[in-house]
Amino acid sequence: MTDATTGSGTSPRDLTRLTAVRMADGLAAGEFTSVELTQAHLDRIERLNPALNAFLLVDADGALAAARAVDEARTAGEELPRLAGVPVAVKDIACTQGLTTTAGSRMLEHFVPPYDATIVTRLRDARMPILGKTNMDEFAMGSSTEHSAFGPTRNPWDLERIPGGSGGGSSAAVAAFLAPLAIGSDTGGSIRQPAAVTGTVGTKPTYGGVSRYGVIALASSLDQIGPCARTVVDAALLHEVLAGHDPLDSTSIDAPVPPVVAAATGTRDLTGLRVGVVKEISGKGFQPGVLTRFQEALDHLRALGAEIVEVSCPHFVYAMAAYYLILPSEASSNLARYDAMRYGLRVAPDGSPSAEQVMATSRDAGFGDEVKRRIILGTYALSSGYYDAYYGQAQKVRTLIADDFRAAFEQADVLVSPTAPTTAFRIGDKMEDPMAMYLNDIATIPANLAGIPGMSIPSGLADEDGLPAGIQLLAPAMEDQRLYAVGAALEARLAQEQGGPVIDRLPEVPETAPEPGRHTAAGTTQEGTA
Amino acid sequence: MSNLSRDDVAHVAMLARIQLEDHELDRLAGQLDQIVDWVGQVNEVAAADVPPMSHPLPLVNVTRPDEVRPSLTAEQALANAPDAEDGRFGVPRILDEE
Repeated sequence: MTDATTGSGTSPRDLTRLTAVRMADGLAAGEFTSVELTQAHLDRIERLNPALNAFLLVDADGALAAARAVDEARTAGEELPRLAGVPVAVKDIACTQGLTTTAGSRMLEHFVPPYDATIVTRLRDARMPILGKTNMDEFAMGSSTEHSAFGPTRNPWDLERIPGGSGGGSSAAVAAFLAPLAIGSDTGGSIRQPAAVTGTVGTKPTYGGVSRYGVIALASSLDQIGPCARTVVDAALLHEVLAGHDPLDSTSIDAPVPPVVAAATGTRDLTGLRVGVVKEISGKGFQPGVLTRFQEALDHLRALGAEIVEVSCPHFVYAMAAYYLILPSEASSNLARYDAMRYGLRVAPDGSPSAEQVMATSRDAGFGDEVKRRIILGTYALSSGYYDAYYGQAQKVRTLIADDFRAAFEQADVLVSPTAPTTAFRIGDKMEDPMAMYLNDIATIPANLAGIPGMSIPSGLADEDGLPAGIQLLAPAMEDQRLYAVGAALEARLAQEQGGPVIDRLPEVPETAPEPGRHTAAGTTQEGTA
Repeated sequence: MSNLSRDDVAHVAMLARIQLEDHELDRLAGQLDQIVDWVGQVNEVAAADVPPMSHPLPLVNVTRPDEVRPSLTAEQALANAPDAEDGRFGVPRILDEE
C-alpha cells in the first residue's frame, strides 16, 4: 500500500493528495487539523468544480462546522472513530436533512429532505465532514452522468470524456482529489464502472449489506450502496462505516459485517486461491487495451500464488436483456411516487386541469428522456398480456444467472473480468443510441441480478488512449472480504510493477472545460427539435 | 417486425401518467420498439420449469414491534408540498368537471 503523498511536484502540504488512511493517521497524530484538511478540499472544489461539475451542491459551512467539532473533541482528548475528521462526498441520491437532494432530476430540483438517510447518519456518527452532494445520471439511470438534468460531469483524465455513471460525480470527485472518499449506489454497475474509467476503486457490497433507508429508490431488488475511494483499504474503511443491519430497511441483512478492513490490511500472499475468469464477460466486444491490462493482471495474480481457472456462465448472454426488463419494471413502480401532489415539481396545464392531467404534465416536464424511456418500457413489460413474456420470463432468467454464479463459485473463490468493455468514451458519443449506452454495463450487471458483491480496481492505462481501465472482482454473497483481500494484494503488486498507483499518473486537471459538447447544448433545451 | 407502434407508446405513456409531446413520441417510439425487440431475447431461454427470482434474499414478512415512535411533524411533511392549506396537501380537482 502506498500511502505517502502521491504525484511529483506537489507540495508536501497538499493535504488532498493523501490517502484516507494517511489523513486519519495525520489527524490522530496532530500533524494537521480537520478544519485544514476540509478547507483544502473545499479550496480545490472551488477551483476545479466549475470545469468538472462533480458536485451539484457544496456545503462548506456544514463541512467546516463538523470539522471544527472533531478538532475540538480531539483536543479535549475524546476517543474518536478511525475516519473522524476525514471529509466525504455523498451521491445526490441519498437524503441529507436540510440539504437539497435532487437525484439529478428536475423533478426534485428544490426538494429538501426532512430527514437523513441511514448511511448519512452513519457518516455523521463516524464524524466525517460532508463536503456536498455529487452529480449523477437522473435517478441513477445511465452509464455516463450525461443524463443528469444539471449537465454532465467531466472525467478529470480528459474533460471531453465521461466519468462513468450513474455515479460519475462521486468517481470524478475522488479521482480529481476533490474528496478522498465518496458514497455511490450500484444498481447495474454505477459504482464499479465509474471507478474503472476514472482509475479509482469502487465496491458494490452484498445486496442487503448496506442500508438503503432514505436512499432514492431505482430498482429495489438490485440497488446497493457502497464506497468510492482511491485505494482498496480506504474503500474498506468506508465500507465498515456504512455496512450493518438497519431496522429501518426491511431488506437489510441481520448478520455480522464481513471483516473487510482486516482483509484489506492482511496477507498479500494468495497461495491456494482459485481465481475464475468468466469467459462470457472477458473477451468479445472489449477494447484491446482493456483486455491487455486484464491479461497482465491475471499474470500478477498467478505471481501472487493464485491459480487461474476459466469458468463459464452460459446464461450471462441474457443478463442484459433480463436486466433491462427487471430494472424498468421496478423503476416504473418506484417512480410512480413522483405524482406532483406531495413534493416535487408540479406543472399545471392551462384551464382547470384534473389531478390526473397535472400528474401527466408534471411528469413530462420533470423527467428526462432516459427516465421516460425506462418508465414506459417497465409499464409495458408489466402490463396485462405481456407480463409473462417479459417480466415473468426475465425473473426466470435471473434464477438461471444466480445458478451460473453458484456453479462458478464451486470452481473458484473469486471471479474476475474487466469492469467495463472500454475506457471512458467521449461526451455525446452515445446519447442518441440508448442500446450502445446500455452495453457499458455488460460485465457488472450479473452481480446485481444475483445480489453478490463486486469491486473494481484500476488495472492500468490502456495503450491506445492512455486512459484508465478496471478489473472487476466478484465473490459469493456475504464474502465481501474476499474482494478486499484479493484487491489489496493485486493493487500492491500492480503499483510495484507499474511504478506507482494508476491515480499518480492523473494529468493536471484544467480549470476550464472545453467548449460544451453536443449533449451539453441539447441537454439544456429539452424542448428543442428531435 | 414492429413490436411497439407510436400509438402503443402513447397509450403506455398515459398509463404511466406521462403526457408526451409529439416530438418526444417521434423520438422515443422508434427507440422503444428497438429496445423491446432486444429484451425479447429472454424468450430464447427454455425456462418453463425454472422458478422466478424476484429478489436476492430469502426474506419473508420482516416486521418491527408495533410501537409508537416519533415521526415528522405536519409542518415538516408539508414543507416540500407544491401546495398546502390548513395543514393538508393542496391538490387539483380529482372529479370530472360535469
